[in-house]
Order: sequence, then structure tokens, then C-alpha cells
Amino acid sequence: MRYLPKSPAERQEMLGALGMATVDELFTSIPEAYRLKKPLALPPSMSEAEVIEYFQNRAGENSLGYSSFLGAGVYSHLRSVITDTIIQRGEFLTSYTPYQAEISQGTLQAIFEFQTLMCQLTGQEVANASMYDGSTAATEAVLMAERLTGRTRVLVARSVHPEYREVLNTYAKNSGLQVEEIGYTEAGTVDAGQLREKLRDDVCAVLVQSPNFFGAIETLQPVADAAHASGALLVVAVAEAVSLGILKPPAEADIVAMEGQSFGLAPSYGGPYVGVLATREKFVRQMPGRLAGQTTDHDNRRGFVLTLATREQHIRREKATSNICTNQALCALAATVHLCLLGKEGLREMAGHNLAKAQFALTELEKIPGVKRRFSAPFFNEFTLQLPRSAKLVNSALLKEKIIGPYVLGTAYPELTKNAVVCVTETTTRNEIEKLARALRQSLTQPI
Amino acid sequence: MAYPTQYRYSKDHEWIEVKGDTGTIGITDYAQSELGDVVFVELPAVGSKLTAGKSFGSVESVKAVSEIYAPASGEVTEANASLITQPESINSDPHQAGWLIKVKLASPGEVNGMMDAAAYEAYIAAKQKEASA
Repeated sequence: MRYLPKSPAERQEMLGALGMATVDELFTSIPEAYRLKKPLALPPSMSEAEVIEYFQNRAGENSLGYSSFLGAGVYSHLRSVITDTIIQRGEFLTSYTPYQAEISQGTLQAIFEFQTLMCQLTGQEVANASMYDGSTAATEAVLMAERLTGRTRVLVARSVHPEYREVLNTYAKNSGLQVEEIGYTEAGTVDAGQLREKLRDDVCAVLVQSPNFFGAIETLQPVADAAHASGALLVVAVAEAVSLGILKPPAEADIVAMEGQSFGLAPSYGGPYVGVLATREKFVRQMPGRLAGQTTDHDNRRGFVLTLATREQHIRREKATSNICTNQALCALAATVHLCLLGKEGLREMAGHNLAKAQFALTELEKIPGVKRRFSAPFFNEFTLQLPRSAKLVNSALLKEKIIGPYVLGTAYPELTKNAVVCVTETTTRNEIEKLARALRQSLTQPI
Repeated sequence: MAYPTQYRYSKDHEWIEVKGDTGTIGITDYAQSELGDVVFVELPAVGSKLTAGKSFGSVESVKAVSEIYAPASGEVTEANASLITQPESINSDPHQAGWLIKVKLASPGEVNGMMDAAAYEAYIAAKQKEASA
């Protein structure tokens, strides 16, 4: 079967309209030297049956039976098949951006409910109709603070996800935004003294993450107070959304930037995920993206429309609040379905399992000589371990035992090469935790 | 709606009324009718500097967000606070209650080159003719 949409006659007709005889003439504006004068080096085409066989064989190469203690921004959580069943309905799966409210009520209502759920979880007043992921949401939140305050310095805790910081630095590099980092304490939380020292009246935002990259839960109130006292906004990033099932919502924040992957999205190969940006109503005009709003139609029936879209790039061009026009509607829908299935109690219960299992894991691992907790602040489902030797070496040994080990901090934090962040979720079994403890103990008795 | 004869008008559809060295700036009846229902106005802070021809704020309607351009240079002395709660007065009374900002003009003579009411009416009549052609 061929999938070429135009017949040779139609191609000839189009070329005729352009006054050309061959397709090659379309490329005459490209200098001769840069034109490829042979066919692309591609293997011959395959039939449908061959393609299926190929992918089945490749799928067979996947490794099975591994236990993972890797989190660091992406988390394995239980997902119901119902979520995929619902989001794969054609009405949702193939629908375009709901510009036309009269034919998009289902999509708009789902987005509206997503926004409502995100507001309830983050303790904020408005949440937009989603961003790409946690890292871009955090950066957009900082840019929003820059617009709101007219200031151009941002203070970022080093305990924020290193990749979130990289994304921010990429945006900042050529835009005149100055990024400065704030260290962490022995508790693993942001160094409040250093923060106060660096806070001046040119700082637009303070960006912290909670639970942070080390797993430590930040105490937000003093950070918020310090930021506000100097006229800066507090941006709180949340990488593990399930933590909000049990932690107090970050209502102290002016803007919350969250990764929503934990709500019903499989870890996959790093995406697609869904970013959340929630804020106070008074800042809504500088919020990137759009909102779905509830209204009534001509006959007084409840209905939903896109609102605030006038500030997006397709209308405002270079004056837009963001260059992200697209959102992650399908992933946001998955998060909405997932949360509705779990319910308020279910999410709390899930979060409780994460907390309890992580505590159990720490207790088991601390029994191993030379292994101890690195930071003293309370944690949710991730904690940082101090190991007696290079965490990278330890992980290689664990991998041989079919254990994907904790996140090695040395690359992003050269001072923490003997430290690693262990992640335990509700999907981790007691057996797996005990297996990790045994394998770790064993690996540390081996000579390096 | 009549265009006040003592005002001066820009090609970007702003009006300015000059008294001494103070200019009051708004958008014209034509501009508001093109925008539709205004829902939000973004105005500069008192003390900020305006440069003739440069954007100093925006007017958001249900359809679009439009920049507002300074017809003359100067410093903002007052912004119309009533527009925060009643942006619709830009639609109902664009030339009076719907004023946007007051400015201490750098050079009051700068507005002399702008259109008067008659010239502006001819300008928008030509625009409308063009649009319907």
C-alpha cells in the first residue's frame, strides 16, 4: 500500500500552475553544491506484516524483572486502564484545540475540571489549561514574575531539579534575566541566610522546589516572607505531584509550577508529560497560556469556552505572554481522569503509602554499616543517602542484581558524589526494598 | 459619536487633549467600535516615561489585545483608576469617562502635526470605504 496523497496527474497540474516541468525545479534556489544528487540512504520499505514483526522483535529486547528506586522528577505510580480507555476515545484523542466552543464542550469541560483540580491541590486561585512539563512551567513562572515586577534577577535554590534549572538558564541566557543560585543547608533545604543576603529590590522571583531534589520538604512560609519583604514573588516548583495528597498545599507561593506526570502518566521515555501553572487571580493577565471558563449560553444552559486566549502568540505575536501556544490537553485529560478515579481519599491514601514505604526503606537501609541519611529535613517519597563509597560504583553493582539504583547526585552536585536519592512509591514492594538492602549491604563488602 | 474639535488624533486611533503642558490620552470611538467589548486595560505606572510612537499599554477586548501608542512624549502623571473596575466605559464614553492617562508633555507643540477632528473623520471614512470595497 502506498500513502501518497497526490496522483502523478495532480502533481503535473500543480507544477504546471507554477510554470515548472519537474519537482526538481522547485529546489533550484538551493545552491547546486548543497543538493543531494542520489537517493536517501534508507533501507527498502517494509510491508505492514514486516513492520509488526520488526517491532515485536525490538519489544522483546526490553529488560524485564527490574526493581527501580529511581525517581528524581519522574515517578512510577499505579495507573488504571480506565484512564487510557477514556483518553483514547476519538472525541478526545483526535480533537484539535477547542477554539470553537460549540463543537468542543467535552474537551473544554475536561480542561475546566483539570484547572479546578489543580487549584484545589496547589491552594491557588487560577490554574491554566496546562504547560509542556514541570521544567517549562517553572521557567514560565519566573518569566511571569519578571513581567509582573519589572525586575530582572532571579534567585534559584540549588535544591531545585538540576534540569529545571538548566531550562531556566537556557531561557535566561540571551534574555537579560540574571539567574543566581542559593545553596542548601545540612537539613537539605534552602539556605535562608544566604537567601536574605542576596535578596535585593531587583529580584523578581525566588524559585524553590518542595519536596526538593534531595527529597526534603521545604518550610515555605519564611521563604515567602523574605521574598515578599523585598517585593519579589515566590515560585514553588512541585516535581512529585502525589506529595500534595498528604502535604499542605503551597498556598504561600505566588505561582506554583508543577509536573503532573505522577497523575496517570507513565514514565515512558521522558514524556510527554504535563506542566501545571497555578497562581493568584490578580496575576492572571500575565499568566501564559489560556483558561477554560464556565459560562451560560443563549438558552441559559451551562457551557464552557476558552478565555484569556487573546494574550497568546497566535493573536499577539511577539507581545504574547509566552511562546508556548500548545498545551498538553491529552495528558491533562489523563491527569483529570486519574484524579477523578482516585478521589480525594484515594489520593491521600496513595500518598500515605509512599510516605510509609519510604520511611520503611530508610529504616532498612540505615541498618547497613556506613549508610546513613544525608539530610535531616522531613521527606515524602524520596530521601538522600550518604554512602561509604562512590554512588556510581554502588549503582553498577546493584544493576547486576537487577536493581535500578537511586539517583546519583555527583554529576549535578560534584560535592555529593557519595550521595544518592532513593525513591520509593506505592508500587515498590516490601520484597523489593529488602532486596535492595541485601544487595547494597553485599556490594559494600566487596573490594572496590 | 462626534469627535471633539479641540482634540488631536493619531493614525493609530488615539486622541489627545492638550491643556497647558498636560495631555489627556484616550482611544477613539472608531477604535473602541473596532475592538468590541473591552474587558481589561493595562496602563503604565505614574512616573513612567512615554515616547511618541511607542506602545505604553494595551486594551484587551473579547476578541484581541491591542497596543496603545503614545501620540506624544512625556511623563505619566495619572492613570484612570476607574477603568480597573469599569473598563466598559471605554466603549460607552471613549472621549470622556474612558480616558486612559494624563501626561506632562515634553513638548506640547508636538501634537500640532496630528490630525484635527475633521481630518480624522475623513481618515476613518477612507478606512471604512477601503474595508467595504
